[in-house]
Amino acid sequence: MTELLDREKAMQDETNSNQDVTNESARGHAIDISSLKREGSNHKIENEEVALKVNDLRLCYGEKEALHGINMTIPKKRVTAFIGPSGCGKSTLLRCFNRMNDLVDGCNITGQILLDDQDIYQRSVEVAELRRRVGMVFQKPNPFPKSIYENVAYGLRIQGINKKRILDETVEWSLRSAALWDEVKDRLNDSALGLSGGQQQRLVIARTVAVKPEVLLLDEPASALDPLSTLKIEELIHQLKDDYTIVIVTHNMQQAARVSDYTAFMYMGDLIEFGNTDELFTNPAKKQTEDYITGRYG
Amino acid sequence: MSVSVKKWFKDGDPWIWINAGAVAISMIMVFGLLALIASRGLVHFWAHDVMQAELHGNDGQVRIIAGELVESEEVLAEQLRDAGYVIPDDAEYMQRDLMKLGNRDVYGGDFRWVLDDALKNRSYPEDIMTIERREWGNFYGFIDSIKENGNVVATGSESWPELTKRIERALEIHEEIHNIEKVEIGAINNGMERLRLKQRRLELDNQATPENLLAIEEARAELDAEYKVLQDQLVVLYGEIGRDKLIARTVEGTMVDIDLSKIVRAFQPNAMSLGEKIVFYFEKIVEFISDDPREANTEGGIFPAIYGTVLMVLLMSIIVTPLGVIAAVYIREYAHQGALTRVIRIAVNNLAGVPSIVYGVFGLGFFIYFVGSGIDQALFPEALPSPTFGTGGLLWASITLAILTLPVVIVATEEGLARIPRSMREGSLALGATKAETLWRVVLPMASPAMMTGMILAIARAAGEVAPLMLVGVVKLAPSLPLDGNYPYLHLDQKFMHLGFHIYDVGFQSPNVEAARPLVYATSLLLVIVIALLNLTAVSIRNRLREKYKALEM
Repeated sequence: MTELLDREKAMQDETNSNQDVTNESARGHAIDISSLKREGSNHKIENEEVALKVNDLRLCYGEKEALHGINMTIPKKRVTAFIGPSGCGKSTLLRCFNRMNDLVDGCNITGQILLDDQDIYQRSVEVAELRRRVGMVFQKPNPFPKSIYENVAYGLRIQGINKKRILDETVEWSLRSAALWDEVKDRLNDSALGLSGGQQQRLVIARTVAVKPEVLLLDEPASALDPLSTLKIEELIHQLKDDYTIVIVTHNMQQAARVSDYTAFMYMGDLIEFGNTDELFTNPAKKQTEDYITGRYG
Repeated sequence: MSVSVKKWFKDGDPWIWINAGAVAISMIMVFGLLALIASRGLVHFWAHDVMQAELHGNDGQVRIIAGELVESEEVLAEQLRDAGYVIPDDAEYMQRDLMKLGNRDVYGGDFRWVLDDALKNRSYPEDIMTIERREWGNFYGFIDSIKENGNVVATGSESWPELTKRIERALEIHEEIHNIEKVEIGAINNGMERLRLKQRRLELDNQATPENLLAIEEARAELDAEYKVLQDQLVVLYGEIGRDKLIARTVEGTMVDIDLSKIVRAFQPNAMSLGEKIVFYFEKIVEFISDDPREANTEGGIFPAIYGTVLMVLLMSIIVTPLGVIAAVYIREYAHQGALTRVIRIAVNNLAGVPSIVYGVFGLGFFIYFVGSGIDQALFPEALPSPTFGTGGLLWASITLAILTLPVVIVATEEGLARIPRSMREGSLALGATKAETLWRVVLPMASPAMMTGMILAIARAAGEVAPLMLVGVVKLAPSLPLDGNYPYLHLDQKFMHLGFHIYDVGFQSPNVEAARPLVYATSLLLVIVIALLNLTAVSIRNRLREKYKALEM
């Protein structure tokens, strides 16, 4: 038992030192991904446009540090999946991208997250505006107790858009984007709460898409859904990635393998490994990653 | 045996029995109370038969009496012997009846306790009549004749239809007089008072120039002219209504003159069929609900009290709901959740436990004497020394009750806000809504059923409250309604009548307790009904809202 702990500690030390190296190079222009370069990979991360860049992000809940200096780059118009065991900080990291953690009392964040080369944690950034650009879908479907139409139009209405024609167009477009239009087009004025769980989740995605964000954050979007609905959500993610940068947190490794282009493995508040999904799953660079994806722990 | 008892306990059966028993006792008490109030109150409106009988006195004297048998009770014979009655020696208990004899102008009182044994030769003559009068209470007796301008126009049996016809005419004229006096002359008086205040104002502002005064004088002359016209009409009407006179005879043969203008209603209860009695019953109930009170509130209706109660409760709700909701939103959503908010929350909860009379005293001291007289000094100096807002009134009563019920609304709203799932707020914030937009568009609508719950509780508490109201504006008889057709229509400064206070006043301050008692029950029943109606309205609104926002299970 002690032996196991020792081994884990050693491994963590290793990653930490590894990250120190990464930090330095990150200040240069891009993260050190030499270890990720493998022959035959379709996407090379350095060839991608950058959507979000994370520099030495640390997050504390009160005294407890939950993220220990994360450095990463989220590529544009690709699907990036965060995997890792429960409590590893993947959702916390995701919620940093649209500053949802601001709502948590005693949450303290240092470091940078750059969106279009602008630090989103700067004072001058308007949080509401940021969240319009970085939309988020939560674990459980959370449609408002309003009609389907009003749910989708919500984001536009708070922007002060009340023209019926624009709203109608956007609602239809958003619902089509979320592959929900055909199912609900005849009952747009019915309550959204009458939809099934899967439909509700796609409605929430439509609602998020309606404000035309640049980045879509999906926090375990299918974990509360049945397999069929999950499949539909995954298909939807495939369609959406042409237009949006998608970051998805998932417990389900098969799902990560199926939907994502890049995968980040997190453990105990550290980013252990980040790279092309195919490679990460077939040929992980780190022992911890391998242990996790082969089901040895987590 | 002991095992089975143990098992019985373990199964939880005793708890079910205890719970069910508690519910049953509560239900029995509530419905028992309602049944008592209803039975005592509703009987009052029935057209009771009038009994005629010989009353045998102790000294062998025989009197004929007639009246309604109100109630009977058993009394100890010993007690009666002490009181000087001659009672057979073997009797232990005697039955005693309360008779409503009416004819207060003849006998000096309406009610009399008589021994059941002393009533002999009881009969229910068909032609005996009950007359409800505007003064002196009921009259029981026989019709003798009808006089028009002093000349007899009908006697004996033919005079009854003649009487009903003429009463109808008198009632119509009375209605007209009432209308002129209350509404039209009331409006003129209102105008006169406003002119007087205007003139006083001008004098205070040193603007009492001859032109200004002339304008007022002209307006006053105009009102005076109108008043003259109405006055002339009134003289004519009073002449007409005083035309007819009823000569009636009591059972003992005393002749009584009754002006038809003084009669509200005359009927022969013993001759009425069941159907007629039922119609009569509902007429009386309508009268009770829609008429002004008569004879120190012991007769007639209680419309002004219903009106005052409902209006006060509505005003109270309008004041308390926004105030409570705003306070709750701040405490729950914006204030830093620390020691101070905890203290505030405890203080708010404790406010709900303060005796209501304390709120009354506070309302009197702060609102009326401090704020009210301040307002008078600043805005209504022309009316001084007579106070406008510096005395109890509708506004102060509503505000006092609003403070009284504020904790209920705050607590209910806070709980409602706490129940809104976090995911709803996050969903809205993630779409780029600010906190205020989220509150306004998602959280508050979803919390609206809880706000309604708070309002329902507030209404229930406020409508039944009496003690503080006695200090801040409720009176036993208000000359006019607080909402009427005279400018400024809603008279926030006016005193008003209230059902709860009416119950207290009629039940315990009335000179004629026996006559008032059924009215106390009837008024109580009505108060319960009014509160229930106010509550049902609020509950149905809440249920509709709940149906709309039933996402709370998530």
